[in-house]
Amino acid sequence: MSKTLVIYLMSGRQTPELAAAAVAGGADIVELGFPFSDPLADGPVIRRAAERALAEGMRTRACLECLERTRELAPETPLVPMTYASLLEAYGWQRFDADVRAAGGTSMIVADLPAGERPELARVQLVAPTSTDERIRLAGELTDGWLYLVTLTGTTGARGELSPALPGLVERARRLTNVPLYAGFGISTPDHARTVAEVADGIVVGSRALEVAEEGPGSLQRYVASLRAALDAALVV
Amino acid sequence: MSTGLYGTYGGRYVPETLIPALEELDAGWREAKADDSFHSELHELLTNYAGRPTPLTLAERFAPGKRIYLKREDLLHTGAHKVNNALGQIVLARRLGKRRIVAETGAGQHGVATATVCARFGLECVVYMGEEDMRRQRPNVERMGLLGAEVRPVDFGTKTLKEATSEAIRDWITNVETTHYLIGSCVGPAPYPEIVGELQSVIGRETHEQVLAAARRLPEVVVACVGGGSNAIGMFHGFVDDADVRLVGVEAAGAASLGTGRAGVLHGSRSSILADEDGQIADAHSISAGLDYPGVGPEHAFLRDSGRAEYVGATDEEALAAFRGLARTEGIIPALEPSHALARAKELEAELIVVCLSGRGDKDLAEVLSQ
Repeated sequence: MSKTLVIYLMSGRQTPELAAAAVAGGADIVELGFPFSDPLADGPVIRRAAERALAEGMRTRACLECLERTRELAPETPLVPMTYASLLEAYGWQRFDADVRAAGGTSMIVADLPAGERPELARVQLVAPTSTDERIRLAGELTDGWLYLVTLTGTTGARGELSPALPGLVERARRLTNVPLYAGFGISTPDHARTVAEVADGIVVGSRALEVAEEGPGSLQRYVASLRAALDAALVV
Repeated sequence: MSTGLYGTYGGRYVPETLIPALEELDAGWREAKADDSFHSELHELLTNYAGRPTPLTLAERFAPGKRIYLKREDLLHTGAHKVNNALGQIVLARRLGKRRIVAETGAGQHGVATATVCARFGLECVVYMGEEDMRRQRPNVERMGLLGAEVRPVDFGTKTLKEATSEAIRDWITNVETTHYLIGSCVGPAPYPEIVGELQSVIGRETHEQVLAAARRLPEVVVACVGGGSNAIGMFHGFVDDADVRLVGVEAAGAASLGTGRAGVLHGSRSSILADEDGQIADAHSISAGLDYPGVGPEHAFLRDSGRAEYVGATDEEALAAFRGLARTEGIIPALEPSHALARAKELEAELIVVCLSGRGDKDLAEVLSQ
């Protein structure tokens, strides 16, 4: 089975075109960041991108419009907003969920809403190397489609080396749940992609994708294609 | 399974990475609370290291015609109530086997208290502080350095307590296995609001006893300043069951999370915060770095909604006038934070009042003299 490539982009004016380029490069799923002023789970690249997006006026309504336009340009690709609880609290939890789905969202990720809080809100759950078996099992039961494996204890952002914690986390998650496991945080190069694909079902690339996206859709498409090729090569081996 | 709720406030709105650490902390806290040796170790430290109990001083000349009693947390070691919490959490962190401590600080009082207890117990200490606060609270930055702590400047966003707190939490996420996050106020994810509130409630317990001894009755009102709200919650805990005692929290007018805020999520808990209609956190503004924070402890939001406590504001100018007033009339230089409480206390329609003088003003001299 082909490995899944998830690309994270921050909502903004260029995002629908960038998302289309990512899909053309081989992305299977696109995460759309709805920026928050105080993103605890994020390192400097995504934090700065959020600051810029907010300065451009990317508030919740504008992000939903961005999601709608992205849906038009990428009609077949699952689109997953990723945000923080404060936005849902302000917008209304149920209303946020309904409007995301109406705008073409497939599910969502709420970075500071751990499994067990607000169980009625369907979303992709995250687990981390620190998660107990009990929590991995709970997240697997509650998650919406796939489980997001946070590869390291830390915030988002490209790293030189892959986290040594990942294989152990994958092994535990395999025992405790049957859902697909996509790994993210600190994955940025084709080499990383190839290595992670040997154990996980897919990868999530965020901070490095944002940096490349600043150079425009062409660069993003080439970068995503390089990750795609690495994932597909891993499959052949 | 939401834990640590005060009505609908509180909870654990943090990335998954921290949940096991919060559960470990919660279990360690419950064990410690049930263990006499924890209480005796903390009591010994509070007495012989920090200088408890602190006196209750009648401020006769500051408010003629009233009896305003000042709870003198300014006389504690390190100069503010923050050391009550820092000592309690360091004893807890040692029980959990943590060797590294991270903290955030606004005015620097919590940073100094944390650096102090880390020096006392030989633990590594990293304190995050906004660049704007480092500028206005220079002496405290130097103190932390002398005490062996590393002060890491936070140079983005508001460059104040809000960003320092976010960075401290990010550090904790990264180093969670070795590190205890020694949060400075009754904010953050459960069980922090409860831990800090209980560690600070020594203020209210002592005051309750002292005011009965001094005035032979309970006060009509107790007043405390509220940023995150830890000195206020500690004071209020001593009187919350006395229905006839009014509880008044005083916020900085430009940082009135309870007075003008809305329900929202910040730094791991749901509370009343300064945010816009999209849930984006708004900037707070106060001359006092310790009150310059757009959130507040969830228990305060609950006490406000239930009507048990009331929350009012004081402007920078009013706080400055009270700061100068107390210095001239009582020979006590208060910190700018409790100066907000002093400003409102003076005009309350009550005769017997207790004000929590949460810290001393040495750190604020440069800021006040420049006004």
